[in-house]
Amino acid sequence: MPAVQETIDQVKAIDVDQYKYGFVTDIESEKGAKGLSEETVRFLSAKKNEPEWMTEWRLDALRRFKQMAEPDWARVSYPKIDFDALYYWASPKSVEGPKSLDEVDPELLATYEKLGIPLAEQEILAGVEPKNRVAVDAVFDSVSVVTTFKEELKKAGVIFCSISEALREYPDLVKKYLGSVVPVTDNYYATLNSAVFSDGSFVYIPEGVRCPMELSTYFRINEQNTGQFERTLIIADKGSYVSYLEGCTAPQRDENQLHAAVVELVALDDAEIKYSTVQNWFPGDKEGKGGIYNFVTKRGDCRGKNSKISWTQVETGSAITWKYPSCILRGDNSRGEFYSIAVSNGFQQIDSGTKMIHLGKNTSSRIISKGISAGKSSNTYRGLVSAHRKASQARNFTQCDSLLIGQDCGAHTVPYIESKNASAQFEHEATTSKISDDQMFYCLQRGLSEEEAVALIVNGFVKDVIQQLPMEFAVEAQKLISISLEGSVG
Amino acid sequence: MLEIKNLHARIAEDETEILRGIDLTVKAGEVHAIMGPNGSGKSTLSYILAGKDDYEVTEGEILFNGENMLDMEPDERAAAGMFLAFQYPIEIPGVATMEFLKTALNAQRKARGEEALSIPDFMKMVKSKAADLNVTMDMLKRPLNVGFSGGEKKRSEILQMALLEPKLCVLDETDSGLDIDALRIVSEGVNKLRSPERAMVVITHYQRLLDHIVPDVVHVLSKGKIVKTGDKDLALELEKNGYADFVNAA
Repeated sequence: MPAVQETIDQVKAIDVDQYKYGFVTDIESEKGAKGLSEETVRFLSAKKNEPEWMTEWRLDALRRFKQMAEPDWARVSYPKIDFDALYYWASPKSVEGPKSLDEVDPELLATYEKLGIPLAEQEILAGVEPKNRVAVDAVFDSVSVVTTFKEELKKAGVIFCSISEALREYPDLVKKYLGSVVPVTDNYYATLNSAVFSDGSFVYIPEGVRCPMELSTYFRINEQNTGQFERTLIIADKGSYVSYLEGCTAPQRDENQLHAAVVELVALDDAEIKYSTVQNWFPGDKEGKGGIYNFVTKRGDCRGKNSKISWTQVETGSAITWKYPSCILRGDNSRGEFYSIAVSNGFQQIDSGTKMIHLGKNTSSRIISKGISAGKSSNTYRGLVSAHRKASQARNFTQCDSLLIGQDCGAHTVPYIESKNASAQFEHEATTSKISDDQMFYCLQRGLSEEEAVALIVNGFVKDVIQQLPMEFAVEAQKLISISLEGSVG
Repeated sequence: MLEIKNLHARIAEDETEILRGIDLTVKAGEVHAIMGPNGSGKSTLSYILAGKDDYEVTEGEILFNGENMLDMEPDERAAAGMFLAFQYPIEIPGVATMEFLKTALNAQRKARGEEALSIPDFMKMVKSKAADLNVTMDMLKRPLNVGFSGGEKKRSEILQMALLEPKLCVLDETDSGLDIDALRIVSEGVNKLRSPERAMVVITHYQRLLDHIVPDVVHVLSKGKIVKTGDKDLALELEKNGYADFVNAA
């Protein structure tokens, strides 16, 4: 299996600290808006030339945030975050909003090249379509630096741009849907995001359109002491389809950085959204110093009948992950899916899972969660499956598997199941296993090295979820998982 | 090929002594059978040859083609040509048997400084060897040993042996859990691998396996020592009289 071999080669090429995206781009940057205040919000809103209603929306969120208390129910611990010590705006100086590729600062292009993100739009040569074309929205600190393939997507009627641009160009669409899935006061971090969100992606797929290529956003935090608060909004109109990928990395820094994002998905009648994430924020060093605090609210609303939303996530980074991509199954016959691989090593803490809220009739959902813990990490699956009174014939299948590597890590499963309708059928299966010494010895006896053996066994463990990822992402994810576990067997 | 000199070993965890001075020399081309009652140390010997770290060698040495085998890691021993067919093959969920075979073969080739096999060449090789052992394509697609019957597990072990082409094959109770037909298929597979360049150590309780895989030399192991060595007739004698005489003699 070539992916395993490539993994090993890649692992070996990496230094003691395995995080390979830890470099800092040396670019002149404009930082502003220190501290969480009305001025900060007004400054942000003005920077983005936002309409008046948006500024008010933000200020309202800020006022509500000030009255909220930080939640403490998750199985994670960290020192209190001083929101007044953070910068809420950081932008490479050369960027004045997204523009065409040839105007982008070469230093930025080099950064994305180093990260392996193709920003160049491959030309269509003599009518031969290059394979696997992906349109990318690249977000660097607080701003979107470029969005590729915009013109081509426009021909299909697809809108793909930064949320800042959408606020200016398509204010009615944004106003109609923003906050309609994740309300301003949904939770502490969502409220914070509503007040100070900087940039993110906006997607609108018109009625009956199958988006001609994969869309993706690539988030990069570069600046120090800066929070990244992106906001993504995806709307799939009736009968449309879109597959969207999201990737994230950050430099290796000693202090913790905050990332609090909100993602809202809306699927109308017969529409389908497939949302895949490969999250690889800096996880902190071997002593548990530094790393990203990742507090994310992701929710999809299957608003129309027969609609479908599927979340696939591969979580390998961040010092703390607090994330529950969820589906509201409002439309009759709608379907929600959640496929997750969460890998924790070192001192990482993960509290992640999903919520499947069955409201409509004949709604179905499926949850497959694979947690892998190594080092001194803690890995918790927390999930809610609920059927409301009118959700007749709701069905859910949940499978939660945990794999432990070593003696000092922990895995926890916290499922909540509520059913107010007697015809609902919910199934829950859970397993916890270890990579056994016998498995390791068997593999070594056949000639595999220790790293190869762990890579093989872990890849086998996560196979059901990897299969859900878009092809080129799947290979990446396999490599990433193995790299994250490097050094976990000793 | 294999030289074991005055080998003493114990369980690392509780220091229980298992092997108490084993001397054994196996030359290329030879098949040696090691028989003995339960608890005589047969499986321990096979694990120590493969390098399992649950055991500690307290005295003696093992030479594999003149090299000190005890200095080598399990994967290095494998790449050098040491193969252990397990009594209880281990399950690896989610990893297709085919994928495992390829990973193992290429890992060994790499360790020896050889090129990885191309996929078509590999497939051709697997298909022909699998057919001999009655291993179907369907079985190769299933996760390794997961839900395999006793016979399937042992056939898969021998298929791995055929594919990896080791110099020294140690078969640990390969006959356990096999019905008569499976025993015949597995034995034929093993016999096909007999060659002047290859040595085999066949560990078993019962003579019946040795009707199929006829050994050049038979040893009786009791209480961690080889107490008797003879030709294939020794196995027949054991079958008739049991181990009691030897156990008492030791």
